Amino acid sequence: METTRRDFLMVGTKLLVMTAATAAALEHVLAGAPEAAAAGPYNTAEHWWAMLIDVEKCIGGGHCVRACKTENNVVDEPMYFRTWVERYHINMSDPDHPIVDSPNGGINGFSEKYADGDGKTFFVPKMCNHCADSPCTQVCPVGATFRTNDGVVLVDKDYCVGCRYCVQACPYGCRYLDPRTHTADKCTLCYHRLTKGLVPACVEVCPTGARQIADLKNPNDPAHEYLRTHKIQVLKPQMATGAKVYYNGLDGAVR
Amino acid sequence: MPGVDGFMYPNEVELQWSVLIVLYPFITGLVAGAFILASLERVFNVAAVKPTYRLALLTALAFLLVAPLPLQMHLGHPERSFEMMFTPHTTSAMAMFGFVYLWYLMVVLVVEIWLEYRRELVLAARASTGLKRLFYRVITLGSDNISPASLRIDDQVGRIVTIIGIPSAFLLHGYVGFIFGSIKANPWWSTPMMPIVFLFSAIVSGIALVLLLYIATSWIRRATVDMPCVDAVATYLFYAFLVDFALEMIDLIHRIYEADESFRALDFMVKTRLFTSQIVLQIGLGTLVPIGLLGLTQLLRLRDRTRVRIYVTAGVLTLVGILAMRWNVVIGGQLFSKSFLGYTTYKMGFATREGLLPAVLVLLLPLGILAALVKLLPPWASADAAHS
Repeated sequence: METTRRDFLMVGTKLLVMTAATAAALEHVLAGAPEAAAAGPYNTAEHWWAMLIDVEKCIGGGHCVRACKTENNVVDEPMYFRTWVERYHINMSDPDHPIVDSPNGGINGFSEKYADGDGKTFFVPKMCNHCADSPCTQVCPVGATFRTNDGVVLVDKDYCVGCRYCVQACPYGCRYLDPRTHTADKCTLCYHRLTKGLVPACVEVCPTGARQIADLKNPNDPAHEYLRTHKIQVLKPQMATGAKVYYNGLDGAVR
Repeated sequence: MPGVDGFMYPNEVELQWSVLIVLYPFITGLVAGAFILASLERVFNVAAVKPTYRLALLTALAFLLVAPLPLQMHLGHPERSFEMMFTPHTTSAMAMFGFVYLWYLMVVLVVEIWLEYRRELVLAARASTGLKRLFYRVITLGSDNISPASLRIDDQVGRIVTIIGIPSAFLLHGYVGFIFGSIKANPWWSTPMMPIVFLFSAIVSGIALVLLLYIATSWIRRATVDMPCVDAVATYLFYAFLVDFALEMIDLIHRIYEADESFRALDFMVKTRLFTSQIVLQIGLGTLVPIGLLGLTQLLRLRDRTRVRIYVTAGVLTLVGILAMRWNVVIGGQLFSKSFLGYTTYKMGFATREGLLPAVLVLLLPLGILAALVKLLPPWASADAAHS
């Protein structure tokens, strides 16, 4: 087959574009694994995990909810979520009583509901707060749910008796009983990914970077700088649970 | 979402604890209350209530045997429940249930009943033959000595067991209250009053149950109802109820006056979704009416027949009221969102695993066990003898 100058240019351009795309993709994959630098086996004593959520960056697209359901095989019913997104609407004449919705956990995003200038509207992603003094692990009668050395609250499915006391004890509504296993289920902070040096699925897919994983024991983690330079709040601080999901720009009306 | 008003966190839409968990504090409350009534006679030597002593003990045993059943039926993995005993999590209130339960069952109730019945068991073993004899011999644990000296020891030990038993009964039900009262995430439950309110409502319900059972079994046996006895029991019921009502009102008034962040949500719930079960059934029909009826019997000189009818009516209403109270605590505590922004609905099934039918069966089962116990260990002989 004869190669014309035209063909050559076409193929050459395509190759160039593809190489650039591959390089960009490769960079993206590597960027998603900042902890990969710490080669060798994962040592729980070297980490203390937390999460940063920037309310001002969340656009309510629901990518995190979808990614979480897929990555963690969360049961596909509209009442069970490891993470979900709430839309708050606050009418300035009644700031104490916000109007909140979260259709199907925000999995498909939100349709327009409020006109511009009509009060304020914002999105709040919710997930397990991986509390340092978690009431859910306190009440478990068999110790099937526990906080790991590195600060992640997990459930041992092979040990949980399914009494649901932990679901009652969580002030944030982050737990549910998995109807398939009849055991308690909740966000694991994608522990299977963390221990391989990857970030949680919700962090990975967030298009605006509203969610950031933070290793508070790693002095080089940019989270320290972020926490230092932003006004940070946790949900329901009066519960004194040692919540470790730190919100930037959280409105006082959020529960 | 259907059944939801306002906003619930998505995972809250479905209730976690069903009608079976309503029965759990109701049944353990009946146990504790029945036992405390029995202890009155034993420790404080109240002769008037003696005819109810054995019946109260057997009632406590029958209901205690059933108490763990609704929990087992509710668990996602009942086959793992033994882990609560073998590998208990020491910070968990729930993990202690097995130990509190076994202590109460094996150390207090069974021992006390055995000591109370030992003489008759030995006599029955002597009088019977064959398998029946073997059965009674096994039950007596081989002990054949019913000399006056040995019976005196039985009585003294029984007294000590009862004295240990009273705080144990308080522990059993106060502890059940703590399971709810210690959940800081839930403002409807989280109050240090919870164990105390549970305890007094338990005493009320247990006394009412034994009163009803005593009158019912008297009718069934065509025996005359011992009026001094039922009068005394009804008086206890009246005063226990006054204390219980006062405690519940202190809790309620305190909540209303403090009006903390949860108040608006809870107030709305009580006035809407809980109105029938809380205002009408629990406080109205289940508390004020029986207190009023029992108060009448204290004030007026009524004929025996009228008094018995009033006691039966008040007793039934009391049980309905206390059951409603358990319902309002357990179900009510799950109807509102912990965001205080919305409410969900409890959908009770019928013939499902945690539906109405199994709940009714669980409530009837102790009565069947009690009937069997009464056949095996008749409580009347000594009751009638004591009266004559």
